[in-house]
Amino acid sequence: MENHAPRLHSSVPFWRDVRVLRIFGQVIFLILLIVFIGYLLSNMLGALQRQGLALGFSFLRQTSGFDIGEHLISFDRSSTYLRAFQVGLLNTALVSFLGIVLATILGVIFGIARLSRNILIQSLARAYIELLRNVPLLVLLILWYTGIFLKFPRINQAIRLPGPVLLTNRGIAVPWGLPTETYSSYLFILGIGLFLALLVAYWLYQYGRRTGRTPLIWGWGLGVFLVVALVGWFVLPGPALLLDAPVVQGLRIAGGRQLTPEFMALLSGLAIYTSAFIADVVRAGIQSVSKGQVEAARAIGLNNFQVLRLVVFPQALRVIIPPLTSHYLNLAKNSSLAVAIGYPDLFSVSGTILNQSGRAVEVIALVMVIYLFISLLTSLFMNWYNRRIRFVER
Amino acid sequence: MTQTTIAGTDNVLPPPTERYTVLGWVYKNLFNPWYNTILTFLAVGLIYAVGRPTIIWAFEQARWEVVAVNMRLLMVGQYPLGQIWRIWFSLYLLAAIIGLSWGVWIQRKQFWGVLFLAIPVGLAFLPAMSGSTARVHLIALAVVAFTGYVLGRLRGKRLQRTVIYLWILYSPLLILIVSGLTRPDSWFPIVPSNLWGGLLLTFLLTVVGILFSFPLGVLLALGRRSRLPIIRWVSIGYIELVRGVPLITILFMAQIMLPLFLPAGMTVDRVLRAMVGIILFTAAYQAENIRGGLQAIPPGQYDAAHALGLSGLQTTMFIIMPQALRNVIPVLVGQFIALYKDTSLVAIVGLLDLLGIAKSVVSQPQFIGLQREAYLFVTAIYWLFSYLMAYLSQRLEVALGVGER
Repeated sequence: MENHAPRLHSSVPFWRDVRVLRIFGQVIFLILLIVFIGYLLSNMLGALQRQGLALGFSFLRQTSGFDIGEHLISFDRSSTYLRAFQVGLLNTALVSFLGIVLATILGVIFGIARLSRNILIQSLARAYIELLRNVPLLVLLILWYTGIFLKFPRINQAIRLPGPVLLTNRGIAVPWGLPTETYSSYLFILGIGLFLALLVAYWLYQYGRRTGRTPLIWGWGLGVFLVVALVGWFVLPGPALLLDAPVVQGLRIAGGRQLTPEFMALLSGLAIYTSAFIADVVRAGIQSVSKGQVEAARAIGLNNFQVLRLVVFPQALRVIIPPLTSHYLNLAKNSSLAVAIGYPDLFSVSGTILNQSGRAVEVIALVMVIYLFISLLTSLFMNWYNRRIRFVER
Repeated sequence: MTQTTIAGTDNVLPPPTERYTVLGWVYKNLFNPWYNTILTFLAVGLIYAVGRPTIIWAFEQARWEVVAVNMRLLMVGQYPLGQIWRIWFSLYLLAAIIGLSWGVWIQRKQFWGVLFLAIPVGLAFLPAMSGSTARVHLIALAVVAFTGYVLGRLRGKRLQRTVIYLWILYSPLLILIVSGLTRPDSWFPIVPSNLWGGLLLTFLLTVVGILFSFPLGVLLALGRRSRLPIIRWVSIGYIELVRGVPLITILFMAQIMLPLFLPAGMTVDRVLRAMVGIILFTAAYQAENIRGGLQAIPPGQYDAAHALGLSGLQTTMFIIMPQALRNVIPVLVGQFIALYKDTSLVAIVGLLDLLGIAKSVVSQPQFIGLQREAYLFVTAIYWLFSYLMAYLSQRLEVALGVGER
């Protein structure tokens, strides 16, 4: 008698076994992919060889031989390519950071204005948003740069705004602080202020945890810091900073801080463009909090400010943060459009390096890796923040 | 939706004094709490301060002839004069399809429809158009669109399917009409893509980008949700890599590195390189959007399809994808609008799209210093079509009842 008990393993031949086929299919896919990439790479290496170029990053230590208009760290013709990359990266970081701050402020203002009960304010905000959202950033930047910042009068006929701020076609001059000998001790006092503020914030946080109350942690922290800063300013023998106002001297501007039209156009263009998107995000976030929440908060006796701070904002923030992150990232990536108006950001400097050294593959790879790194860093931070504030299910 | 109607909080009518008098309305909307009065005056001041000089500039100081003289360049670039009838022909087709769609779906919004018709007619009567054949063509366009609208209204629902097919067919047809088929000396010659330019090139880049990035995006989205680890990781790697870098680096790479990747002797023209860059870039974003739609499908749908005996491919094609895509139509259209705006970046790598042409126009000696006029015109065109697309997508959303099921 033969045993006809059902076998645990099916008798499907291996070429029809789904599990085998899956692995087999993936292996084939991987081989095809590797062959394809290898083919492209071999073509590239062949082409480079015909041009007499070898891959490698040793060129980064060579002398660059070009000038960069704006640099936060020292740079001249004899600096290396690597140094040029660093200058570009810092410029990108500067414009992205300031752009994000400005765009957030403008975006929140217009997002709230969009919800105003005043019909005029509401339509103005709406027009602002609709106008900017539907225009390419590049066109806006070029229009902004050539149509406004380069159309300011010459230096000897500079437009004078209170401040004094001078508007000229060579840039915008703003008053700036000149550090005196007490500057370093003032910085020390500011450090103490920051420490005290953090201490107070930490104590208030613990107090809130213990008692269930909700003290204004940020407000108190900021207040402590400002008080220390103010007291320090007057305690020191002399002022830590002297106001240095820009003045027109013949054909140039002396004193103050001069911001180039490229920088101003890029910064304001990026900030304004992104603020329209942020405004929409903020509006959607606030609208996503249901009316019942507000009514319930009022019913338990919270005042208007408390309703906003304790009920509306925390819930709106959960909706706002994820899209806000992507708009921040977009702003950082969009800063590469600086190349169109000649601000030396990372991408624009890389273009110069590419032309100068002829190292297309390495330069493009380097730029992409740096941008990837920035993106990953930002999204890691925002994901962490998002996790912190997200809704805790009980 | 229904709950608010029942609860009626939004539908409570205001007291008659506010409902029926202008003054009541003004008081309620402009001066109600005291701070709104301040805001109102601030806003009026702002509008006056910005609006007055702008209007004075636009009507008295601006020299719009830079746009008028270069109109053909801005619209079609170097496209051969003898072949421009093809562009008009594809525009007639487009006008007819838009008119039909309007008649079929958006019947109520008469005002916007009239405004839409008014665009070509208004353009036709611009002083810049006098004496050109463009004026006749523009008016004819409006007539064609209106005929389409009437037809759409009369036949209504029965035309819906046809119109959708027309839209799908239109894009490949457009590319065929513009690029041509036969040898240079015959009636339908091939126009090489380095002669495409201006708004035409912008549109073609957009259309090609939409057509090819979409299927690639679907594949990537499916790949990212696949159970097969290698395929999943390759998809994730591609999507995150592309989304982490700016479009301009990808366009640069396409311009500089693509020729290196190809075997020796094989060349690709610059427009095609830009198209490849745009497609590869948009596909990664579309993949993420489509993945969002896929994630919203409840697992029961897969189980049910499986229980019916559908294969994996059938489940994806007939059960999952239609629902997933329907959920994300607004996002997809938003991405296409972004794509349309992003095509302006090809001007940086030296192509003569609408922005590229404008850049070269203002660098001509006789138009030096007229950047405002030229770029404002370009801005207006970008804005117009982008806004129109956004508006139509909103209508489409309502018509399809997205988010209401």
